[in-house]
Amino acid sequence: MSISRRTLGLYGGIAIASLVAPFVFDTYISQLTVLWVMVLFAITWDAMGGQMGYNSLGNIFFFGAGMYISAVVQIGLHYDVAQYTAAYGAIKVDFTQAQYHVGLVLGTIVAALGSVVLAVVLSWVVFGLRGPYFAIGTLGIALAAGELVGAWEYVGAGSGISLPVFPGEPEVGERFFYFAFFIAAVLSFFFFRWLYGTRFGLAINAIRDDEEKAEAMGIRTMRYKTITWALSAFFLGICGSLFGNYNIFIEPLEVAFATVVFGIPMVVMALLGGKGTLWGPVIGAILYHVIKEATWKYFLGWQWVALGLLIVVTVVFFQQGIMGWAQDKWPELFGIEVEEDSAEGDREAA
Amino acid sequence: MAAMIEVRNVSKAFGGVQANRGISLDVAKGRITGLIGPNGSGKTTLFNSIVGYHPIDEGSIKFEGREISKLRVPQIARLGMLRTFQQTRIYGKMNCIKNMLISVPHRSMGLVEIFGDHSAQELEKAEHLLEFVGLYAKRKLQAGDLSFGQQKLLEFAMALMNQPQILLLDEPTAGINPTLINGLIDRLKRANTEFGITLFVIEHNMRVIMNLAENIYCLAHSELLAEGSPETIQKDKRVIDAYLGAH
Repeated sequence: MSISRRTLGLYGGIAIASLVAPFVFDTYISQLTVLWVMVLFAITWDAMGGQMGYNSLGNIFFFGAGMYISAVVQIGLHYDVAQYTAAYGAIKVDFTQAQYHVGLVLGTIVAALGSVVLAVVLSWVVFGLRGPYFAIGTLGIALAAGELVGAWEYVGAGSGISLPVFPGEPEVGERFFYFAFFIAAVLSFFFFRWLYGTRFGLAINAIRDDEEKAEAMGIRTMRYKTITWALSAFFLGICGSLFGNYNIFIEPLEVAFATVVFGIPMVVMALLGGKGTLWGPVIGAILYHVIKEATWKYFLGWQWVALGLLIVVTVVFFQQGIMGWAQDKWPELFGIEVEEDSAEGDREAA
Repeated sequence: MAAMIEVRNVSKAFGGVQANRGISLDVAKGRITGLIGPNGSGKTTLFNSIVGYHPIDEGSIKFEGREISKLRVPQIARLGMLRTFQQTRIYGKMNCIKNMLISVPHRSMGLVEIFGDHSAQELEKAEHLLEFVGLYAKRKLQAGDLSFGQQKLLEFAMALMNQPQILLLDEPTAGINPTLINGLIDRLKRANTEFGITLFVIEHNMRVIMNLAENIYCLAHSELLAEGSPETIQKDKRVIDAYLGAH
């Protein structure tokens, strides 16, 4: 895939803005940090829902799973996890710089791999379901996980786990996590951008458009579905691990398996920006996040009503999203056009 | 001539409805074989049984001497037996070129290849086949925006892209503009002679099937009624009665 000068300029502009933003708008750094979380959510959801046509309502499961796996690894390196959680925060962690960062990196790696394993195991169950049944089945997994973890004493049950605080100045910690999420989101963007340009991308698009036809053409559909689900889980696991540390405290229903705050918006953001397109989820995530923060600031008390309205309007009237709408309006810009020049001419000339 | 597909005594029922009863037939390698019969006589059910879409109740189906009645659709497709659908099926949101590129054979595609890009030869072949069916100019359009007839041609080109040994075509000319049918018959014959693909064709249009097939089987009331060359089938009193409703 060749990169044009205009694309390069676009990426450069975004990169510079993203690097400068936390220093220029340092009062908004927490909102900017969560923006990258949202972008990653929308990109990983779109791999399943937009590109493969499997509308998962349970992707948040891997975010929460990654968060808990990482927490257990980080605490477990230095403490007995059961004792630690049973003390309800009475044991104060005091990690050195090295202990903290080793724990974070190790925890994130295990979280990413653990989420992949969970995705592969769950794929045997969920991919027996199609259409709305898949959506409800995956939603069930996310909700059940929240309840199960909420009853599991080893990981602190409903009281959650306190995580080590970033060693150093609070401002440095904020910037550290801003860039951690920025890198995670950018990596997931370029990874999926590459993926959609391979045979793999074509195969999951084929599954989206007509899975039965894809099977009749000999495509190993189950393999593609499992890998896509696992790749989403991989990035969500990383994101979850980072978010737990960013938040310092994790608990099952409001932070880890937060279906209303994070799980459903994943879908809304991708739809809003245009599902099944490269940039749609990114645009949707930015737009959604800005609207969300604005309603929190100016319509406090009505914020969920405003967001609910946004969801309804998007789903009912604007399903193709911004990029989908643009593609319908200017198809030539997306290379959708009749080209009368024939291959015969090319071949005769050759 | 050796049989590529051997169907022996195949029966299939859906609940109380017996769709196929004790059907035996051979599809000769390298030839074009036809399958005709009135609506509801069990032609598509037989196709579905052969390609593994549903399990059969009894009997045996062999492909190149190998029992395939227990295999599933994608496995049979990877062996080199492909079918097209009566209700045309293409990948509607992808353009024609992409429809073609994903239709390459998946027999030997390993984990490394699926993360690779298509080769230049594959792209050239895709364009060549689109030209073969007359869709080259529309190659960058979304397949779902093509007319029904064009989608049928695209589905046919996709099947050729897959390099099957045998192609099962379910009513290839249904819904196609009559003026284009001659062109399609010609292309089907060329797929058989030039690409060496054995064809097994369900067809309602008698003019088409008599023109195309060298050997024809006729089903009626879920059973095999007659077999023979187009000439014999056309004169067979049982076939005529079945179509005119004498049964």
